[in-house]
Amino acid sequence: MSAAAPPATRVRAQAAFETRTLLTNGEQLLVSVLLPALALVGLATASVPDLGSGRRIDLAVPGVLALAVVSTAFTGQAIATGFDRRYGLLRLLGVTPLGPRGLLAGKAVAVLSVIAVQTVLLGGLGLALGWRPHWSGLPAALLLMVLGAWAFVGIALLLAARLRSEGVLALANLIWVLLLLGGGLILPTDRLPAAVRGVVRLLPSGALGDGLRAALAGSGSVWLPLLVLLVWSLACSVVLSHVFRWTD
Amino acid sequence: MSFGQRYEYPSVRTLPFTDLHLTFVTETVVVRDLHHRYGTTPALDGMSWSARAGAVTAVLGPNGAGKTTTIEMAEGLRRPDAGEIRVLGTDPWQASAQHRARVGVMLQEGGLPGGTRPSRLLRHLARMYASPVEVDPLMDRLGITAFDRTTMRRLSGGQRQRVALAAALVGRPEVLFLDEPTAGLDPHARRDVWTLVKETRDNGVTVVVTTHSFEEAERLADRVVVLARGRVVADGSVAEVAGAHGLEQSYFSLTEDVR
Repeated sequence: MSAAAPPATRVRAQAAFETRTLLTNGEQLLVSVLLPALALVGLATASVPDLGSGRRIDLAVPGVLALAVVSTAFTGQAIATGFDRRYGLLRLLGVTPLGPRGLLAGKAVAVLSVIAVQTVLLGGLGLALGWRPHWSGLPAALLLMVLGAWAFVGIALLLAARLRSEGVLALANLIWVLLLLGGGLILPTDRLPAAVRGVVRLLPSGALGDGLRAALAGSGSVWLPLLVLLVWSLACSVVLSHVFRWTD
Repeated sequence: MSFGQRYEYPSVRTLPFTDLHLTFVTETVVVRDLHHRYGTTPALDGMSWSARAGAVTAVLGPNGAGKTTTIEMAEGLRRPDAGEIRVLGTDPWQASAQHRARVGVMLQEGGLPGGTRPSRLLRHLARMYASPVEVDPLMDRLGITAFDRTTMRRLSGGQRQRVALAAALVGRPEVLFLDEPTAGLDPHARRDVWTLVKETRDNGVTVVVTTHSFEEAERLADRVVVLARGRVVADGSVAEVAGAHGLEQSYFSLTEDVR
Protein backbone atom coordinates (compact mmCIF):
# COMPACT_ATOMS: atom_id res chain seq x y z
CA MET A 1 0.00 0.00 0.00
CA SER A 2 1.21 3.49 -0.79
CA ALA A 3 2.37 5.37 2.28
CA ALA A 4 3.63 8.83 3.09
CA ALA A 5 7.22 9.46 4.09
CA PRO A 6 7.55 10.37 7.80
CA PRO A 7 6.69 14.04 8.55
CA ALA A 8 10.30 14.97 9.36
CA THR A 9 11.48 13.57 6.01
CA ARG A 10 8.83 15.55 4.15
CA VAL A 11 9.76 18.75 5.95
CA ARG A 12 13.47 18.19 5.25
CA ALA A 13 12.71 17.64 1.56
CA GLN A 14 10.58 20.78 1.34
CA ALA A 15 13.17 22.80 3.28
CA ALA A 16 15.98 21.69 0.97
CA PHE A 17 13.91 22.46 -2.13
CA GLU A 18 12.87 25.91 -0.92
CA THR A 19 16.33 26.78 0.41
CA ARG A 20 17.91 26.15 -2.95
CA THR A 21 15.20 28.15 -4.65
CA LEU A 22 15.75 31.10 -2.29
CA LEU A 23 19.55 31.05 -2.32
CA THR A 24 19.73 30.86 -6.12
CA ASN A 25 17.53 33.95 -6.39
CA GLY A 26 20.43 36.40 -6.41
CA GLU A 27 18.49 39.63 -6.92
CA GLN A 28 16.15 38.88 -4.05
CA LEU A 29 19.04 37.95 -1.79
CA LEU A 30 20.80 41.21 -2.63
CA VAL A 31 17.72 43.26 -1.77
CA SER A 32 17.21 41.35 1.47
CA VAL A 33 20.70 42.37 2.60
CA LEU A 34 20.96 45.77 0.96
CA LEU A 35 17.83 47.40 2.39
CA PRO A 36 18.55 46.53 6.04
CA ALA A 37 22.22 47.49 5.48
CA LEU A 38 21.10 50.96 4.32
CA ALA A 39 18.84 51.21 7.37
CA LEU A 40 21.77 50.29 9.62
CA VAL A 41 24.12 52.83 8.09
CA GLY A 42 21.39 55.46 8.35
CA LEU A 43 20.72 54.70 12.01
CA ALA A 44 24.45 54.63 12.78
CA THR A 45 25.19 58.02 11.22
CA ALA A 46 22.05 59.96 12.19
CA SER A 47 21.00 60.86 15.71
CA VAL A 48 17.26 60.41 15.18
CA PRO A 49 15.11 58.57 16.03
CA ASP A 50 15.98 58.24 19.69
CA LEU A 51 16.65 54.54 20.35
CA GLY A 52 16.80 54.93 24.15
CA SER A 53 19.61 54.81 26.63
CA GLY A 54 22.78 52.92 25.79
CA ARG A 55 25.21 52.96 22.87
CA ARG A 56 23.24 53.77 19.76
CA ILE A 57 24.87 51.21 17.50
CA ASP A 58 24.32 48.46 20.07
CA LEU A 59 20.58 49.14 19.92
CA ALA A 60 20.49 49.71 16.17
CA VAL A 61 21.98 46.37 15.07
CA PRO A 62 19.46 44.12 16.89
CA GLY A 63 16.61 46.24 15.53
CA VAL A 64 17.92 45.93 11.98
CA LEU A 65 18.32 42.17 12.40
CA ALA A 66 14.68 42.01 13.55
CA LEU A 67 13.68 44.04 10.47
CA ALA A 68 15.60 41.62 8.26
CA VAL A 69 13.77 38.64 9.77
CA VAL A 70 10.39 40.27 9.14
CA SER A 71 11.28 41.23 5.56
CA THR A 72 12.42 37.73 4.65
CA ALA A 73 10.05 35.57 6.68
CA PHE A 74 6.91 37.66 6.37
CA THR A 75 6.86 40.06 3.42
CA GLY A 76 8.91 37.91 1.07
CA GLN A 77 7.11 34.66 1.86
CA ALA A 78 3.60 36.16 1.89
CA ILE A 79 4.02 37.63 -1.58
CA ALA A 80 5.79 34.59 -3.02
CA THR A 81 3.23 32.16 -1.63
CA GLY A 82 0.31 34.35 -2.72
CA PHE A 83 1.51 34.20 -6.30
CA ASP A 84 2.41 30.51 -6.03
CA ARG A 85 -1.20 29.90 -5.09
CA ARG A 86 -2.48 32.02 -7.92
CA TYR A 87 -0.35 30.31 -10.54
CA GLY A 88 -1.29 26.85 -9.30
CA LEU A 89 2.09 25.92 -7.87
CA LEU A 90 0.56 25.24 -4.47
CA ARG A 91 -1.94 22.75 -5.88
CA LEU A 92 0.95 20.54 -6.90
CA LEU A 93 2.10 20.39 -3.27
CA GLY A 94 -1.45 20.29 -1.91
CA VAL A 95 -2.07 16.82 -3.34
CA THR A 96 1.17 15.37 -1.92
CA PRO A 97 1.50 14.17 1.69
CA LEU A 98 3.31 17.43 2.64
CA GLY A 99 0.32 19.26 4.17
CA PRO A 100 -0.01 22.91 5.31
CA ARG A 101 2.12 22.45 8.42
CA GLY A 102 4.81 20.67 6.42
CA LEU A 103 4.82 23.61 4.02
CA LEU A 104 5.11 26.05 6.94
CA ALA A 105 7.97 24.11 8.53
CA GLY A 106 9.78 23.68 5.21
CA LYS A 107 9.49 27.37 4.41
CA ALA A 108 10.53 28.41 7.93
CA VAL A 109 13.71 26.32 7.71
CA ALA A 110 14.44 27.63 4.21
CA VAL A 111 13.90 31.20 5.34
CA LEU A 112 16.38 30.64 8.20
CA SER A 113 19.12 29.97 5.67
CA VAL A 114 18.54 33.41 4.14
CA ILE A 115 18.29 34.95 7.61
CA ALA A 116 21.64 33.34 8.45
CA VAL A 117 23.22 35.05 5.44
CA GLN A 118 21.60 38.35 6.40
CA THR A 119 22.71 38.03 10.02
CA VAL A 120 26.35 37.31 9.14
CA LEU A 121 26.56 40.20 6.67
CA LEU A 122 24.59 42.74 8.72
CA GLY A 123 26.37 41.65 11.92
CA GLY A 124 29.70 42.09 10.16
CA LEU A 125 28.67 45.56 8.99
CA GLY A 126 27.55 46.35 12.54
CA LEU A 127 30.89 45.26 13.98
CA ALA A 128 32.65 47.44 11.44
CA LEU A 129 30.48 50.34 12.61
CA GLY A 130 31.49 49.73 16.23
CA TRP A 131 28.82 47.31 17.46
CA ARG A 132 29.79 45.54 20.71
CA PRO A 133 27.23 42.78 21.26
CA HIS A 134 26.77 40.86 24.51
CA TRP A 135 28.09 37.58 23.13
CA SER A 136 26.52 35.71 26.05
CA GLY A 137 23.11 36.67 24.67
CA LEU A 138 23.80 35.02 21.31
CA PRO A 139 22.03 31.68 22.01
CA ALA A 140 18.89 33.53 23.15
CA ALA A 141 19.12 35.78 20.09
CA LEU A 142 19.33 32.79 17.76
CA LEU A 143 16.34 31.17 19.47
CA LEU A 144 14.37 34.41 19.10
CA MET A 145 15.20 34.54 15.40
CA VAL A 146 14.11 30.92 14.86
CA LEU A 147 10.80 31.56 16.65
CA GLY A 148 10.43 34.87 14.82
CA ALA A 149 10.94 33.15 11.45
CA TRP A 150 8.39 30.47 12.37
CA ALA A 151 5.77 32.97 13.56
CA PHE A 152 6.20 35.34 10.62
CA VAL A 153 6.19 32.60 7.97
CA GLY A 154 3.02 31.34 9.66
CA ILE A 155 1.35 34.75 9.41
CA ALA A 156 2.60 35.08 5.83
CA LEU A 157 0.99 31.76 4.86
CA LEU A 158 -2.28 32.68 6.58
CA LEU A 159 -2.43 35.86 4.54
CA ALA A 160 -1.39 34.10 1.32
CA ALA A 161 -3.92 31.32 1.85
CA ARG A 162 -6.95 33.54 2.25
CA LEU A 163 -6.52 36.66 0.09
CA ARG A 164 -6.12 37.32 -3.61
CA SER A 165 -2.49 37.63 -4.62
CA GLU A 166 -2.84 41.39 -5.34
CA GLY A 167 -4.35 41.81 -1.88
CA VAL A 168 -1.48 39.88 -0.34
CA LEU A 169 1.02 42.09 -2.19
CA ALA A 170 -0.58 45.30 -0.95
CA LEU A 171 -1.24 44.15 2.59
CA ALA A 172 2.16 42.50 3.14
CA ASN A 173 3.93 45.71 2.12
CA LEU A 174 1.59 47.87 4.19
CA ILE A 175 2.12 45.71 7.27
CA TRP A 176 5.89 45.85 6.71
CA VAL A 177 5.81 49.66 6.73
CA LEU A 178 3.57 49.77 9.80
CA LEU A 179 5.80 47.35 11.67
CA LEU A 180 8.88 49.32 10.64
CA LEU A 181 7.38 52.57 11.97
CA GLY A 182 5.59 51.41 15.08
CA GLY A 183 5.97 47.65 15.43
CA GLY A 184 8.84 47.70 17.88
CA LEU A 185 11.40 46.46 15.35
CA ILE A 186 13.84 49.40 15.00
CA LEU A 187 12.28 51.60 17.66
CA PRO A 188 12.16 49.92 21.10
CA THR A 189 8.63 49.54 22.46
CA ASP A 190 9.46 51.79 25.44
CA ARG A 191 10.02 54.63 22.95
CA LEU A 192 6.47 54.22 21.63
CA PRO A 193 3.43 56.15 22.92
CA ALA A 194 2.14 54.67 26.16
CA ALA A 195 -1.23 53.90 24.60
CA VAL A 196 0.19 51.32 22.16
CA ARG A 197 3.26 50.14 24.04
CA GLY A 198 1.51 47.28 25.84
CA VAL A 199 -0.10 45.96 22.66
CA VAL A 200 3.05 46.17 20.55
CA ARG A 201 4.98 44.15 23.14
CA LEU A 202 2.53 41.33 22.51
CA LEU A 203 2.96 41.51 18.73
CA PRO A 204 5.56 39.20 17.21
CA SER A 205 7.40 42.24 15.82
CA GLY A 206 7.66 43.97 19.21
CA ALA A 207 8.68 40.71 20.85
CA LEU A 208 11.37 40.08 18.23
CA GLY A 209 12.78 43.65 18.36
CA ASP A 210 12.74 43.95 22.14
CA GLY A 211 13.94 40.37 22.56
CA LEU A 212 16.96 40.82 20.29
CA ARG A 213 17.87 44.10 22.02
CA ALA A 214 17.50 42.40 25.39
CA ALA A 215 19.68 39.48 24.33
CA LEU A 216 22.39 41.37 22.44
CA ALA A 217 22.44 44.73 24.25
CA GLY A 218 21.43 43.53 27.69
CA SER A 219 18.47 45.92 27.73
CA GLY A 220 15.88 43.88 29.59
CA SER A 221 14.52 40.36 29.88
CA VAL A 222 14.23 37.92 26.96
CA TRP A 223 11.60 35.74 28.63
CA LEU A 224 8.44 37.67 27.74
CA PRO A 225 9.55 38.08 24.09
CA LEU A 226 10.37 34.37 23.85
CA LEU A 227 6.98 33.45 25.28
CA VAL A 228 5.12 35.86 22.99
CA LEU A 229 6.86 34.49 19.89
CA LEU A 230 6.25 30.90 20.95
CA VAL A 231 2.53 31.55 21.41
CA TRP A 232 2.27 33.25 18.01
CA SER A 233 4.16 30.41 16.34
CA LEU A 234 2.00 27.69 17.83
CA ALA A 235 -1.22 29.60 17.22
CA CYS A 236 -0.36 30.18 13.55
CA SER A 237 0.50 26.51 13.06
CA VAL A 238 -2.79 25.36 14.55
CA VAL A 239 -4.96 27.88 12.70
CA LEU A 240 -3.10 27.32 9.43
CA SER A 241 -3.94 23.64 9.16
CA HIS A 242 -7.64 24.54 9.42
CA VAL A 243 -7.85 27.48 7.07
CA PHE A 244 -5.12 26.88 4.51
CA ARG A 245 -6.21 26.75 0.85
CA TRP A 246 -4.02 25.37 -1.91
CA THR A 247 -6.24 26.64 -4.73
CA ASP A 248 -7.05 30.13 -5.88
CA MET B 1 -27.34 2.62 -19.86
CA SER B 2 -28.70 4.73 -17.10
CA PHE B 3 -29.82 8.13 -18.23
CA GLY B 4 -31.08 9.94 -15.21
CA GLN B 5 -31.09 6.77 -13.18
CA ARG B 6 -31.21 7.41 -9.46
CA TYR B 7 -27.89 6.77 -7.90
CA GLU B 8 -27.77 4.04 -5.31
CA TYR B 9 -25.49 5.19 -2.58
CA PRO B 10 -24.64 2.29 -0.24
CA SER B 11 -21.72 1.14 -2.34
CA VAL B 12 -19.37 1.68 0.58
CA ARG B 13 -20.37 -0.63 3.39
CA THR B 14 -18.75 -0.31 6.75
CA LEU B 15 -18.92 -2.70 9.63
CA PRO B 16 -19.67 -0.38 12.52
CA PHE B 17 -18.84 -2.69 15.38
CA THR B 18 -15.23 -3.56 14.66
CA ASP B 19 -12.16 -1.81 15.97
CA LEU B 20 -10.55 -2.19 12.58
CA HIS B 21 -13.10 0.02 10.82
CA LEU B 22 -13.11 -2.46 7.98
CA THR B 23 -14.37 -0.98 4.79
CA PHE B 24 -15.33 -2.95 1.71
CA VAL B 25 -14.88 -0.65 -1.17
CA THR B 26 -15.98 -1.73 -4.58
CA GLU B 27 -16.21 1.83 -5.78
CA THR B 28 -13.04 3.71 -5.00
CA VAL B 29 -14.42 7.14 -5.76
CA VAL B 30 -17.96 8.00 -4.74
CA VAL B 31 -19.46 11.40 -5.52
CA ARG B 32 -22.91 11.92 -4.09
CA ASP B 33 -25.31 14.79 -4.60
CA LEU B 34 -22.69 17.53 -4.78
CA HIS B 35 -23.84 21.13 -4.90
CA HIS B 36 -21.50 24.05 -5.32
CA ARG B 37 -21.60 27.71 -6.35
CA TYR B 38 -18.91 30.19 -7.26
CA GLY B 39 -20.50 33.39 -6.00
CA THR B 40 -23.91 33.29 -7.61
CA THR B 41 -22.86 31.01 -10.47
CA PRO B 42 -23.97 27.43 -9.91
CA ALA B 43 -21.18 24.97 -10.73
CA LEU B 44 -22.48 21.67 -9.40
CA ASP B 45 -26.17 20.84 -9.14
CA GLY B 46 -26.67 17.41 -7.64
CA MET B 47 -23.63 15.68 -9.10
CA SER B 48 -23.52 11.94 -8.36
CA TRP B 49 -21.29 9.27 -9.89
CA SER B 50 -18.70 6.74 -8.87
CA ALA B 51 -15.53 5.11 -10.15
CA ARG B 52 -14.97 1.40 -9.73
CA ALA B 53 -11.82 -0.05 -8.25
CA GLY B 54 -9.25 -1.08 -10.85
CA ALA B 55 -11.08 0.49 -13.79
CA VAL B 56 -10.56 3.59 -15.92
CA THR B 57 -13.50 6.00 -15.62
CA ALA B 58 -13.62 8.83 -18.15
CA VAL B 59 -15.45 12.01 -17.15
CA LEU B 60 -16.61 13.80 -20.29
CA GLY B 61 -18.37 17.11 -20.58
CA PRO B 62 -18.30 20.57 -22.14
CA ASN B 63 -16.40 23.45 -20.53
CA GLY B 64 -18.23 24.59 -17.43
CA ALA B 65 -19.95 21.24 -16.86
CA GLY B 66 -18.22 20.85 -13.51
CA LYS B 67 -15.46 18.37 -14.39
CA THR B 68 -12.50 20.17 -12.87
CA THR B 69 -14.49 21.39 -9.86
CA THR B 70 -15.58 17.84 -9.04
CA ILE B 71 -12.13 16.38 -9.55
CA GLU B 72 -10.54 19.08 -7.37
CA MET B 73 -13.02 18.18 -4.64
CA ALA B 74 -12.10 14.51 -4.95
CA GLU B 75 -8.44 15.50 -4.67
CA GLY B 76 -9.15 17.43 -1.46
CA LEU B 77 -8.27 20.82 -2.98
CA ARG B 78 -11.78 22.20 -2.75
CA ARG B 79 -14.67 21.67 -0.37
CA PRO B 80 -18.21 21.30 -1.77
CA ASP B 81 -20.99 23.53 -0.41
CA ALA B 82 -23.11 20.40 0.04
CA GLY B 83 -22.95 16.70 -0.74
CA GLU B 84 -20.48 13.98 -0.05
CA ILE B 85 -17.29 12.61 -1.56
CA ARG B 86 -15.44 9.45 -0.58
CA VAL B 87 -12.12 8.43 -2.04
CA LEU B 88 -10.87 5.07 -0.78
CA GLY B 89 -13.56 5.39 1.88
CA THR B 90 -12.20 8.73 3.14
CA ASP B 91 -13.49 12.30 2.93
CA PRO B 92 -10.68 13.96 0.95
CA TRP B 93 -11.14 17.42 2.52
CA GLN B 94 -8.32 17.91 5.06
CA ALA B 95 -7.60 14.18 4.86
CA SER B 96 -4.43 12.78 6.41
CA ALA B 97 -1.02 12.64 4.77
CA GLN B 98 -1.44 8.86 4.59
CA HIS B 99 -4.59 9.31 2.52
CA ARG B 100 -2.95 11.81 0.17
CA ALA B 101 -0.06 9.35 -0.31
CA ARG B 102 -2.53 6.88 -1.84
CA VAL B 103 -3.87 9.36 -4.37
CA GLY B 104 -1.97 10.53 -7.45
CA VAL B 105 -2.99 13.72 -9.23
CA MET B 106 -2.12 15.13 -12.62
CA LEU B 107 -3.17 18.75 -12.71
CA GLN B 108 -4.11 20.67 -15.81
CA GLU B 109 -1.56 22.93 -17.47
CA GLY B 110 0.16 25.21 -14.99
CA GLY B 111 1.38 24.51 -11.52
CA LEU B 112 4.94 23.51 -12.36
CA PRO B 113 7.64 25.76 -10.87
CA GLY B 114 9.11 27.71 -13.79
CA GLY B 115 12.73 27.91 -12.72
CA THR B 116 13.05 24.21 -11.90
CA ARG B 117 14.24 21.31 -14.05
CA PRO B 118 11.92 18.28 -14.30
CA SER B 119 14.18 15.82 -12.47
CA ARG B 120 14.68 18.19 -9.53
CA LEU B 121 10.92 18.56 -9.10
CA LEU B 122 10.23 14.83 -9.50
CA ARG B 123 12.95 13.82 -7.05
CA HIS B 124 11.58 16.37 -4.61
CA LEU B 125 8.04 15.01 -4.89
CA ALA B 126 9.34 11.42 -4.58
CA ARG B 127 10.78 12.27 -1.14
CA MET B 128 7.26 12.85 0.15
CA TYR B 129 6.47 9.13 -0.20
CA ALA B 130 7.69 6.07 1.71
CA SER B 131 8.21 3.90 -1.37
CA PRO B 132 8.13 6.02 -4.52
CA VAL B 133 8.87 4.67 -7.98
CA GLU B 134 12.41 5.21 -9.22
CA VAL B 135 12.53 8.58 -10.89
CA ASP B 136 15.05 7.81 -13.65
CA PRO B 137 13.16 4.89 -15.27
CA LEU B 138 9.91 6.87 -14.98
CA MET B 139 11.51 9.82 -16.76
CA ASP B 140 12.90 7.52 -19.46
CA ARG B 141 9.52 5.91 -19.92
CA LEU B 142 7.81 9.27 -20.44
CA GLY B 143 10.61 10.69 -22.57
CA ILE B 144 11.41 13.37 -19.99
CA THR B 145 15.12 12.54 -19.77
CA ALA B 146 15.61 13.97 -23.27
CA PHE B 147 14.56 17.47 -22.17
CA ASP B 148 15.63 17.36 -18.54
CA ARG B 149 18.29 20.04 -19.03
CA THR B 150 15.54 22.59 -19.68
CA THR B 151 13.73 24.54 -16.96
CA MET B 152 9.98 24.14 -16.73
CA ARG B 153 9.12 27.57 -18.12
CA ARG B 154 10.91 26.74 -21.40
CA LEU B 155 9.20 23.40 -21.95
CA SER B 156 6.53 22.95 -24.58
CA GLY B 157 2.95 22.24 -23.49
CA GLY B 158 3.32 18.57 -24.32
CA GLN B 159 6.56 18.27 -22.39
CA ARG B 160 4.93 19.84 -19.35
CA GLN B 161 2.04 17.39 -19.63
CA ARG B 162 4.51 14.54 -19.39
CA VAL B 163 6.17 16.01 -16.30
CA ALA B 164 2.75 16.49 -14.70
CA LEU B 165 1.88 12.85 -15.44
CA ALA B 166 5.16 11.69 -13.93
CA ALA B 167 4.36 13.77 -10.83
CA ALA B 168 1.05 11.92 -10.51
CA LEU B 169 2.70 8.50 -10.78
CA VAL B 170 5.79 9.01 -8.64
CA GLY B 171 4.13 8.06 -5.33
CA ARG B 172 2.74 4.68 -6.55
CA PRO B 173 -0.88 5.80 -6.12
CA GLU B 174 -3.86 3.51 -5.62
CA VAL B 175 -6.14 6.10 -7.21
CA LEU B 176 -5.03 8.28 -10.07
CA PHE B 177 -6.78 11.49 -11.16
CA LEU B 178 -5.75 12.72 -14.60
CA ASP B 179 -7.06 16.07 -15.78
CA GLU B 180 -6.96 16.06 -19.60
CA PRO B 181 -3.78 13.98 -19.71
CA THR B 182 -3.16 14.03 -23.46
CA ALA B 183 -4.28 17.57 -24.32
CA GLY B 184 -1.60 19.06 -26.56
CA LEU B 185 0.31 15.83 -27.12
CA ASP B 186 1.28 14.53 -30.54
CA PRO B 187 -0.11 11.13 -31.61
CA HIS B 188 2.96 9.15 -30.53
CA ALA B 189 3.02 10.74 -27.11
CA ARG B 190 -0.73 10.17 -26.74
CA ARG B 191 -0.33 6.51 -27.53
CA ASP B 192 2.53 6.24 -25.00
CA VAL B 193 0.42 7.89 -22.30
CA TRP B 194 -2.56 5.63 -23.03
CA THR B 195 -0.35 2.54 -22.83
CA LEU B 196 1.07 3.71 -19.53
CA VAL B 197 -2.36 4.50 -18.08
CA LYS B 198 -3.69 1.07 -19.11
CA GLU B 199 -0.67 -0.62 -17.56
CA THR B 200 -1.26 1.35 -14.38
CA ARG B 201 -4.90 0.25 -14.40
CA ASP B 202 -3.87 -3.37 -15.00
CA ASN B 203 -1.75 -3.14 -11.84
CA GLY B 204 -4.97 -2.54 -9.92
CA VAL B 205 -4.96 1.26 -9.80
CA THR B 206 -8.29 3.08 -10.09
CA VAL B 207 -8.03 5.79 -12.75
CA VAL B 208 -10.31 8.79 -13.26
CA VAL B 209 -9.65 10.76 -16.45
CA THR B 210 -11.32 14.01 -17.43
CA THR B 211 -11.22 14.58 -21.14
CA HIS B 212 -12.72 16.38 -24.11
CA SER B 213 -11.60 13.62 -26.45
CA PHE B 214 -14.02 10.86 -27.53
CA GLU B 215 -11.10 8.95 -28.93
CA GLU B 216 -9.43 9.07 -25.54
CA ALA B 217 -12.58 7.91 -23.78
CA GLU B 218 -13.11 5.09 -26.31
CA ARG B 219 -9.52 3.90 -26.25
CA LEU B 220 -8.95 4.19 -22.55
CA ALA B 221 -12.11 4.05 -20.52
CA ASP B 222 -13.94 1.10 -19.02
CA ARG B 223 -16.74 3.41 -17.97
CA VAL B 224 -17.89 6.84 -19.07
CA VAL B 225 -19.64 9.57 -17.09
CA VAL B 226 -21.05 12.44 -19.15
CA LEU B 227 -21.59 15.75 -17.36
CA ALA B 228 -23.60 18.82 -18.32
CA ARG B 229 -24.60 21.83 -16.22
CA GLY B 230 -23.20 20.36 -13.03
CA ARG B 231 -25.11 17.09 -13.29
CA VAL B 232 -24.58 13.62 -14.68
CA VAL B 233 -26.50 13.11 -17.93
CA ALA B 234 -25.17 9.63 -18.74
CA ASP B 235 -23.24 6.98 -16.89
CA GLY B 236 -22.27 3.48 -18.00
CA SER B 237 -19.81 1.39 -19.99
CA VAL B 238 -18.43 2.95 -23.17
CA ALA B 239 -20.70 0.71 -25.27
CA GLU B 240 -23.75 1.64 -23.22
CA VAL B 241 -23.18 5.38 -23.38
CA ALA B 242 -22.17 5.24 -27.06
CA GLY B 243 -25.39 3.38 -27.99
CA ALA B 244 -26.07 2.68 -31.64
CA HIS B 245 -24.70 5.93 -33.02
CA GLY B 246 -21.30 6.05 -31.35
CA LEU B 247 -19.92 8.03 -28.45
CA GLU B 248 -19.53 11.29 -30.37
CA GLN B 249 -23.16 11.39 -31.57
CA SER B 250 -24.44 10.32 -28.20
CA TYR B 251 -22.34 12.97 -26.45
CA PHE B 252 -23.62 15.77 -28.65
CA SER B 253 -27.23 14.81 -28.20
CA LEU B 254 -26.74 14.55 -24.43
CA THR B 255 -25.05 17.93 -24.07
CA GLU B 256 -26.54 19.88 -26.98
CA ASP B 257 -29.12 21.80 -25.00
CA VAL B 258 -26.51 23.32 -22.72
CA ARG B 259 -24.80 25.28 -25.45
